Amino acid sequence: MADVKLTHVKKIYSNKVEVLKDINLDIKQGEFIVFVGPSGCGKSTLLRMISGLEEITSGTLEIDGQVVNDVPPALRGIAMVFQSYALYPHMSVYDNMAFSLQIAKLSKEDIDQQVRKAADLLQLTPYLDRLPKALSGGQRQRVAIGRAIVRRPKVFLFDEPLSNLDAALRVATRMEIANLKESMPDSTMIYVTHDQVEAMTLADRIVLLSGGDVEQVGPPLDLYEHPANVFVAKFIGSPSMNVVPCKIEKAGEQTSVSICPSIVVDTPIVTDVKEESKAAFFGIRPENLVVVETAEEGFLTGEVTFVESLGEATLLYVKVPGCDEAMIAKQAGTLNIKRGDTVHLSALPEKMHLFDSNELSYLR
Amino acid sequence: MAQLASALMTMIVGILGCVVYFYGSNILLDKIFPTKNRPAQDVARNLRIANNVRPWLFLGPAVLLLTFYLFYPVIDSIRLSFFDRSGDEFVGISNYVWLFGNDEFFESFQNNMLWLIVVPTMSTFLGLVIATMTDRIWWGNIAKSLIFMPMAISFIGASVIWKFIYDFRSGGDAQIGLLNAIVVFFGGEPQNWITMPFWNNFFLMVILIWVQTGFAMVILSAALRGIPDETIEAAVLDGASGVQIFFKIMVPQIWGTIAVVWTTITILVLKVFDIVLAMTNGQWDTQVLANQMFDWMFRGGGDFGRGAVVAIVIMVMVIPIMVWNIKRANAEMEGR
Repeated sequence: MADVKLTHVKKIYSNKVEVLKDINLDIKQGEFIVFVGPSGCGKSTLLRMISGLEEITSGTLEIDGQVVNDVPPALRGIAMVFQSYALYPHMSVYDNMAFSLQIAKLSKEDIDQQVRKAADLLQLTPYLDRLPKALSGGQRQRVAIGRAIVRRPKVFLFDEPLSNLDAALRVATRMEIANLKESMPDSTMIYVTHDQVEAMTLADRIVLLSGGDVEQVGPPLDLYEHPANVFVAKFIGSPSMNVVPCKIEKAGEQTSVSICPSIVVDTPIVTDVKEESKAAFFGIRPENLVVVETAEEGFLTGEVTFVESLGEATLLYVKVPGCDEAMIAKQAGTLNIKRGDTVHLSALPEKMHLFDSNELSYLR
Repeated sequence: MAQLASALMTMIVGILGCVVYFYGSNILLDKIFPTKNRPAQDVARNLRIANNVRPWLFLGPAVLLLTFYLFYPVIDSIRLSFFDRSGDEFVGISNYVWLFGNDEFFESFQNNMLWLIVVPTMSTFLGLVIATMTDRIWWGNIAKSLIFMPMAISFIGASVIWKFIYDFRSGGDAQIGLLNAIVVFFGGEPQNWITMPFWNNFFLMVILIWVQTGFAMVILSAALRGIPDETIEAAVLDGASGVQIFFKIMVPQIWGTIAVVWTTITILVLKVFDIVLAMTNGQWDTQVLANQMFDWMFRGGGDFGRGAVVAIVIMVMVIPIMVWNIKRANAEMEGR
C-alpha cells in the first residue's frame, strides 16, 4: 500500500511568503493524480515537498501510513522525473539508470537485470552506452523515466516532464506515460503540469491549485462538468467558459436569472429562496453555445466581432448588447459567418452554470 | 615630481596614440573602400574587402609586439644556448653537456618537480573545497574575497609577508615570526624554518599555494555554479550522500575546468622564480630552474650561454602542458 496523505500542509518561505496554505489531500495507492494550475500556484513546490527536496513548514506528510516529514528523500520510496530531465551528463544511459542502485549497493547482477528490464520497457536498449548529449529530447526523457522505474518506487513524481518537448513528441510521450501507468497499476503517480490537456487526459483525479490553495479535487470530467467555482470553470476547458455577472430573478426549484442586463434565462439549477434578487454569475461553455436560425430559438443575439477558423471548429466572438465582454461560441466545422454578422445563440439549460456572488457554484 | 609628470605624459600619449591609430586607420579604410553613393556591386565588393582587412587593423599592433617580445627572445635564447659566455663564439652543445653534468641543475630539477606535484595539486584541491563550502554559507562571499585577495599581491610582496611569518631570532631574543611565536606558545623550540633542507621547499610552496588557491577557487566556483541544480537534486533522490554527490556528480561535471586550472597553475609553477629569489635565493637546497637561469645569466655567472640553456629546458617543459591547456580551454569554450 502506498497512499500519500497530506494533512494541513503549509509552506512558508523565510521571507514570510506563504506559498501553500493548508493543503489536505488523500491520494490512494495506484491513483494517477495531476496537480495543475497557473504558474506560481505552488504545484511544483507541493511536489518537491512530497519528494523531500523542499521542507514542510507545518502539517504532516504520510507515505504508506508513515509520517515522512523528516525522512530523507531517498528513503521515502519515491522517484522523481524532472522537467529538465536532470540526467548526469558524464554518465552513460546505463550508468544514469544504475546510479541509484549502485548507491544502494545492489549486486552487479541485480543492477544489470533491473536496468535492462527498464531499458527494454522504454525501448532504450540500443542506447545504453551513449551519453545523454547524444540522445534526442524524447530519448532523454525516457532515460529520466527509466531512472525512476529501476528504483521500483512506491510513488512516482513527475515535474512537468513534457514541457521541454515539441508538440508531436509531447503527445507521444504523454501516451507512453499513460501506458506506463497501465503497466504498473500498483504505483501511485503524482504529476505536475500547467497544461490542462495533459491533466485531463492523464489524471484519475485532478488537483487544481491556485495561489497556494486547492480549488477543487476530482476526476477530470467532474471538474469540467461541475466546477466548484469560477476559477475552476475558467481554467478547465479551452477556450474558457463564458462567465458574466447576473441577477437572480426567481430562486427555487428552477432559477431564473437576468444577464446583459435584461435578458432573462431559465436554468434548471436549484437555489435557496434567500438568494432571490442577489447578484451572481452565469456561466456557459463556448462549446455549449449553438448558433440557431431565429431569435426565438435562441436566448442571446449579438454581433460577431471576430471569427477564428481552426478547421475542425470555428470560434465566434459575439458581442451581445448590454454585456461588457464578448461571448465565445465554439461551433463544429467551418461556418459561413463573417465579422459583423448578427447571430442567435441557444444553449441546453442543463449545460448552464450558476455561481454565487463569492464565485462559488450553486450545487445542482 | 618630474618623474610623475613624465609617466603621466607617457600614459596620455600612449592612450591617445592608440585611439588615433584605431580610429584613424578605420576611417582610412572606409575612405579607400567607400560604401556610400556607389553602385550596389561596388558597395558589396568594397564591404567584403573592408571586412577582410579590418580584423588585421585591430590585431596588427598586438601581433607585431608579440612577435617582437615573444618570438624573437625564443629564437635568440636558442641561438645563445649554442654560444659561449659572451654570446660571440659558437661552442656547439658544450653548454648542454655542462648542464647535464651539473649538480645544481639536478637539485633545481628535483625541486621543480616537487613544486610541480605539490603546488598545483594543493591549490586546485583547496580551491575546489573552498569553492564548494563557500557556496553554502551566508558569509561565503566574504570568505571568498579574503581568500582571493593574495592574488592581488606580487610574489615578491607575498614573500616579504611570509618572511615575517617564518622569521627566526637566535638566542633568547623574542620571536617576531608568527610561526615561531606559535611554536614557542605551545612550549616548542623555535626553528629557523627556511634553512631546514628539504622541508624549507614546502615552506616556500605554501606561499604560492596561498596566492594561487584564490585563483583556483574563483574559476572553480564559477564552474560549480554552472552545474544544473536538478542533477544534484536527482542525486539526492537517488540516495547519494554529500561526499558521493561531490565526487560522483559534481567533480566529473567540472572535470574540464579542473584540468584547465591545474595546468594553468602547473605552467606558473614551472616558471617559479620570485618567491625563491626573495626567500632563499636558492640557498639551503631550494634552488629552482628559473632562479638558476637568472643566476647564470645576470648575476655571478654572467654566462649567457649557460643561462640560455636553462631557459630552454624550462621552455621545453612548459610547451606540452601549454598546448594541452589551450586545447582544453578551447574545448571548454565550445561546450558553453
